Amino acid sequence: MAIWLPRLAIDRWRHAEGCAPGEEADAHPTALIAETAHGPRIEAANDAALAAGARPGMAVTDARTLCPALKAVPGDPAGDRAFLERLALWAQRWGPWAARDEPDGLLVDTSAVAHLFGGEAPLLADVHARLAGQGLAVRAAIAPTAGAAWALAHYGPDRAILEPGEDAGLRLAGLPVAALRLDDEVLLVLRRLGLKRIGDLAGIGRDALQRRFRNRRSPMASPLARLDQLLGRVPEPLLPVIAVPPPLVQRRLLEPIRHREPLDRVVADLAADMARALERRGEGARRLELGLWRVDGDVVLRSLELAAATRDPAHIARLLATRLDDIDAGFGIELVRLRVAWAEPLSLAQADLDGAAEAPGTSLAACIDRLTVRLGAAAVRRPVGHASHIPERAQRWQAPLEPEPASQEELAFHSRPLKLLDKAEPIAVLYATPDGYPRQFRWRGAVHEVARVEGPERIAPEWWREKGGARLRDYYRIEDAAGRRYWIYRAGLLGDGRGGLPGWFLQGLCG
Amino acid sequence: MDLSTLPPAGELSPGVRARRWRPGLACAPHSEIFAEGRETSGAAVAMALALDGLRGAESGQRSVLWVQDAASLRLTGRPYRPGLPAALRRRVIHVAARSCEDALFALEEGVRCRELACVIGEIAGNPRTLDFTASRRLSLTAEKHGVPLFLVRLDAERDLSSARMRWRVRPAPSPSPKWNPQAPGAPAWHAELFRARGHIPGEWTLYDDGQLVALPPDHGDLAAAAGDRSLAAR
Repeated sequence: MAIWLPRLAIDRWRHAEGCAPGEEADAHPTALIAETAHGPRIEAANDAALAAGARPGMAVTDARTLCPALKAVPGDPAGDRAFLERLALWAQRWGPWAARDEPDGLLVDTSAVAHLFGGEAPLLADVHARLAGQGLAVRAAIAPTAGAAWALAHYGPDRAILEPGEDAGLRLAGLPVAALRLDDEVLLVLRRLGLKRIGDLAGIGRDALQRRFRNRRSPMASPLARLDQLLGRVPEPLLPVIAVPPPLVQRRLLEPIRHREPLDRVVADLAADMARALERRGEGARRLELGLWRVDGDVVLRSLELAAATRDPAHIARLLATRLDDIDAGFGIELVRLRVAWAEPLSLAQADLDGAAEAPGTSLAACIDRLTVRLGAAAVRRPVGHASHIPERAQRWQAPLEPEPASQEELAFHSRPLKLLDKAEPIAVLYATPDGYPRQFRWRGAVHEVARVEGPERIAPEWWREKGGARLRDYYRIEDAAGRRYWIYRAGLLGDGRGGLPGWFLQGLCG
Repeated sequence: MDLSTLPPAGELSPGVRARRWRPGLACAPHSEIFAEGRETSGAAVAMALALDGLRGAESGQRSVLWVQDAASLRLTGRPYRPGLPAALRRRVIHVAARSCEDALFALEEGVRCRELACVIGEIAGNPRTLDFTASRRLSLTAEKHGVPLFLVRLDAERDLSSARMRWRVRPAPSPSPKWNPQAPGAPAWHAELFRARGHIPGEWTLYDDGQLVALPPDHGDLAAAAGDRSLAAR
C-alpha cells in the first residue's frame, strides 16, 4: 500500500499555526520557502496562494508580482522528514512494517493484512479516515508491487485497488510516465521522444529502451528497471523504519522515600540495572536522564552528560549522587526512572593483562566527567587551532575528549606568547617616533623600561570577516629591564584614516 | 607505611650527603613555584620542570591538566596553544575554576587520574582554603598515584606547605640571539630553591634551550661565552 500526503508541508504548517483549512492564518496567501543559491524559492503554497497564482518551484519575487500580499514563511524540511519517520512507525497499525518514501509518502506492507480490516476497500477507507482526522490530505492505493501502488496513489483514481489477478500493464498503461518514479532529467528525455504514457513504452520494445538508457545505473534513471519493478519482474528492496526504544530502567517504590540514603541506594541499584541493560545491547551511555516522580505528581528531572561512553555503575552512581543534593522530596518519591538519551556502541573489553588498569587512580574519561559535573562543561576544555591570522581567533576551545579538527599549525618562525589575556589591556607607551619602537610603557600601574624589542610583525585585519574600519596591528615582542617578556601591539597607523591616534595594547605574556 | 622508601636522615638535613638539585632528576611529586602575577615565568618554569622531569619517564602522549582559578586567569590570561612548548601543545586540558575550592578539587581529581602525565595548577594569593591540610592532602595523593603536581602561586606569601620542593622564580634577562642581538632571546629565569626534601637549597639561572639548563647565578654574561655552541654543550 502506498500512502501519499500531497500537502504534507502545508498541513504541518497549518497544524503548527493551529488553524482549520481556509480560516485564520490559512485564509491569507502563504508560501513555505527554502533558501537556494538563486534566492528564496517556494516549496509549498496554501490554497489561497495557489488560487492567487503562486506555484511550488517559483521564486518568491516572481510570486509576489502575481500576488503582492503573499506571506513567505521558512519551510521546515527536517521537521517534515522527522514527522514522516514518526508517521511510518504509527503506520505499522496497517502492516508489519512501513518504509518512508521521501519526501512526502509512505509504503506499507499489507500482505495478508487486509482481511483484518474486512477487505482492501475498508482498509483504504480506514487509512483515509485516520489521516484526514489528523488534518492531512491523503491519497492511498493498494497494489501487488510497491511501484504499482505508488503510481496509482500519485496518478491513479482515488482509493485505487489493483487486484493480484489483474494485468498491471493493462491497468497502468494510461498513466503518465512520471508514475514510474523517474528523475526529471529522464522525464525530459522521454517527453522529447514523445513517450508520454506507460503504455507507449511497451510499444517500442525492450531492446530499444535498454540501448537508449544503457549507461544509467540507478533505477531512478532507467525506465526499464522501473517498469520491471512496477510489474514485479525484479524485486525492489525497501528499508523499513524500525523503532529503537532507549534503554530504560525504573524502580517503583512500595514506600515513598523521603531521605537521602535510601535514594542513593535506589540510584545505585538503577545504575547496576542500567549497566546490565547496556551490556546486553553492547552500548555505553553518553547522556543519562534521571526522573524522580513524587507522590504529589511532581517530576524532578536531572540529566548527566559523560565525556566518553561508559556503563560503569559505580561511576554513574557517583556522578548522579552529586546532582541529587538540591532535590526536594516533599511527601516522598515513589518512582525513580533512569533513561539513556544518547548511547554509543561500546563493546566488551578484555581486561588489561599487564595490570595497567589495576593501577590506582581513575581513567581520564572518569576524571573529566567528575570535573564537568562539578564545574560545568564550559570550564573543562581543550585548546584547538583555528584558521585565522588574528591571534585571539587562532585558538578555539572544545570538549577535552572530542577528536581534534585538522588545522594548519602556526608557522614555526612566528613566535607566540605562552599566555593570552582574555581581553587585550590598553597601555600607555612612550616612543621616539609614532611608528618606531616603544621605549617605555605603563601597565597595571607600573612602568616598564623596554630593554630589547623585536618587531613589528604586521597582522592585517581579516577583511572577509570584519568591517572596513578595522585597524591593522603591529606586534612587538619586548623584554623589559627586569627580563619580563610581553607581546604588545599598536592598533592602526598614524593617518590611516580609521580613527585617531593609534592605541597600544598588551595582549600576551611570554614565558 | 614502608619506611624503606623514605630518604635516610642524612639526606634530610642540609649536609654533605644531601644531593644538589640538577636538571634531569625525576620531578618531585609536589612542587610549589612562587612567582609574580605580572608575568608568567611561574607557569613557564612549571612546564620546563615538568618536561625535564618527564623526559626520562615513559609518559607517551598522555594529557596534561592545567587548572587556573579565576584570579590567576584574570592576572596572567589563558594558555595560548601556538605559544605552548611543541611537546605539550596537543596535550593540554584546561580547567577554569571559579574559586580556590574548585581549583583544589580539580587538582586533586587530576593527580588521582592515572592517565595524566602531570598536573599544573595556578592559584593567586593566599586563599584560606589552601592551608597546610589542603597541601598535605595534595602531596599524599600525588605521591600515592605517581602523578607529579606543579602548583604555581602568584603574588603569594611563603606560607606553610608540605610541597616537596618549593621554588621562587623571577624572569632573568635572556641571552642574545645569534642573528638579532636587539631581540629577546630564549627564555631565562632566576630560580631559587628555598626548601626541598633531599636537596640542598640553592640558586640557579635556568634556560630553556631545547632542554633545561641550570647555571650558577653569577656566571657572567652567558651570551658572549656561549658563542656558536648550544647552551646545553657547556
